[in-house]
Amino acid sequence: MTTEALALRIRKDVLMMANLGGSSHIGSAFSIADILAVLYGKTLHTDPANPQLADRDRFILSKGHAGAAVYAALAEVGFFPVEKLKTHYQNGSDLSGHVSHKGIPGVELSTGSLGHGLSVATGMAYSAKLAGRTHKVFALLSDGECDEGSNWEAALFAAHHQLDNLVAIIDYNKLQSLTTIAATLGLEPFAQKWESFGWQTREIPGHDHGVLADAFASVPATPGKPSVFIAHTTKGKGVSFMENQVLWHYRAPKGAEYEAALKELEQA
Amino acid sequence: MKEVFVQKLISLAERDPRIVVITGDLGFGMFEPFQQRCPKQFLNAGVAEQNMVGLATGMALDGRVVFTYSIGNFGVLRCLEQIRNDAAYHDANVKVVTMGGGFSYGALGISHHATEDISVMRSMPGVVTLVPGDNWEAGEATEAVVKHSGTTYLRLDKTVADTTPEAGEHFEIGRARQVRAGSDITIIATGGILSCAVKAADSLRRFGVQCRVLSMHTIKPLDTAAIVQAAQETGGILTLEEHTVEGGLGGAVAEALLDRGIHPRVFQRMGLRAGFSSIVGSQDYLRRHYGLDETAVEAAVRDLLGRRS
Repeated sequence: MTTEALALRIRKDVLMMANLGGSSHIGSAFSIADILAVLYGKTLHTDPANPQLADRDRFILSKGHAGAAVYAALAEVGFFPVEKLKTHYQNGSDLSGHVSHKGIPGVELSTGSLGHGLSVATGMAYSAKLAGRTHKVFALLSDGECDEGSNWEAALFAAHHQLDNLVAIIDYNKLQSLTTIAATLGLEPFAQKWESFGWQTREIPGHDHGVLADAFASVPATPGKPSVFIAHTTKGKGVSFMENQVLWHYRAPKGAEYEAALKELEQA
Repeated sequence: MKEVFVQKLISLAERDPRIVVITGDLGFGMFEPFQQRCPKQFLNAGVAEQNMVGLATGMALDGRVVFTYSIGNFGVLRCLEQIRNDAAYHDANVKVVTMGGGFSYGALGISHHATEDISVMRSMPGVVTLVPGDNWEAGEATEAVVKHSGTTYLRLDKTVADTTPEAGEHFEIGRARQVRAGSDITIIATGGILSCAVKAADSLRRFGVQCRVLSMHTIKPLDTAAIVQAAQETGGILTLEEHTVEGGLGGAVAEALLDRGIHPRVFQRMGLRAGFSSIVGSQDYLRRHYGLDETAVEAAVRDLLGRRS
């Protein structure tokens, strides 16, 4: 399966899950579908048959509210049956609205409160360095999440300890919970912030699979530096009426909306 | 207590390479011997407690046994959500340690008064909560948390009781330790303030009052058997903690008894009731000020005995 095909499956799964479960955050999940498809389809060294493989690359979704996309990616690459996705967000399901590891093979860390993932990823990267192991640790953050001070604590630490096995990817779709990033807590000059913290920083188009794959494969571009990719994305990417709309941070597609969204995805 | 903790930690870390200690930039004059003996197992995370616990979780999920160290509230309250979501929910081998239980740093002000941590931590699902009362318990508790798989909290105190173990005595998580035998009444204490319970009991003994004293070094899991036994075998229960009475040791003991339909003849919780302390002073001074010293404990026991008969 190409990463493009995997991204489409992730989006269709997420659409189905949001429709069946009435869950929110579909816009956030669509925003990262291409990044996840490239990671799970190409970049990450993992083994769905052995989720605890010792030298696997680690991936942490720090923006846990987009967990549906990770569940979909894991299921589509074989960590658990795709059929299970239908239980998402439902009574009695362990596929919670924010990503949870319990009972779900392949999830490295449960998140949901923002600002946790990068610190844990940093600990994993530090531990790997200490042991002389060479796998990489990836953490995917939202842009709004960068309001949380804990990320900058981790940023200081990772650069200080030269964790070049650590990769942060930021889903920079420029929208947060109520309005734009710019109108809430401006992050610009964003790349310069990371650079000044000592990170190997690169801005990339977040839906271009070729660029994403090359970027992730280039790590570490500078030995001794942690890497951050500021991925310029579109919230709700793939369904025109969801794109760049804060509404779709919350709204679950029903009826005609669901049909229209599915049609757009299939025709793309 | 912290000296015992560090010495024990050195001996454990030298034998167990999984052990790592992360400090939140505290422990001057304390961690140097550890750093010298186990340099690769020591890390200063800087003044960044949230990141410290996140790091600890990441390292623990990679197979290590990770201690986090800070003073009083910083190591618990500042990073409470990291302890809850990251460490505890993942059953990670994160061993949270704070120095400065109660008024250990009484003169430094309310930021340094650790007076709600026990209730907060004992409400965390699965988090073993240890509050040693003497140096022996502190050392044993340090070893016990390494053996225990999962997230733990260890609260260290500046002053300690001078109690010592009996020959062959074993420390066990979740098993209260009887440091004075008696059947007239039971004082259940947790933390260094155990010293006040023991002093009060020893003083009362001279007047023919036999107080049983239990050191409840484990708040969670709680030794309900010892509590029930105390309620049934002695004339009443007095709990003592350098901590708010809301939800701490006293609350835990009361819950354990009422849940089982056991009603001690008399019952009293001694702890902090006055809210935040804007008054500062030494640990001894503040115990006296808030009526938690040995004199107050002795008076409370006399009062309870009077109410009983």
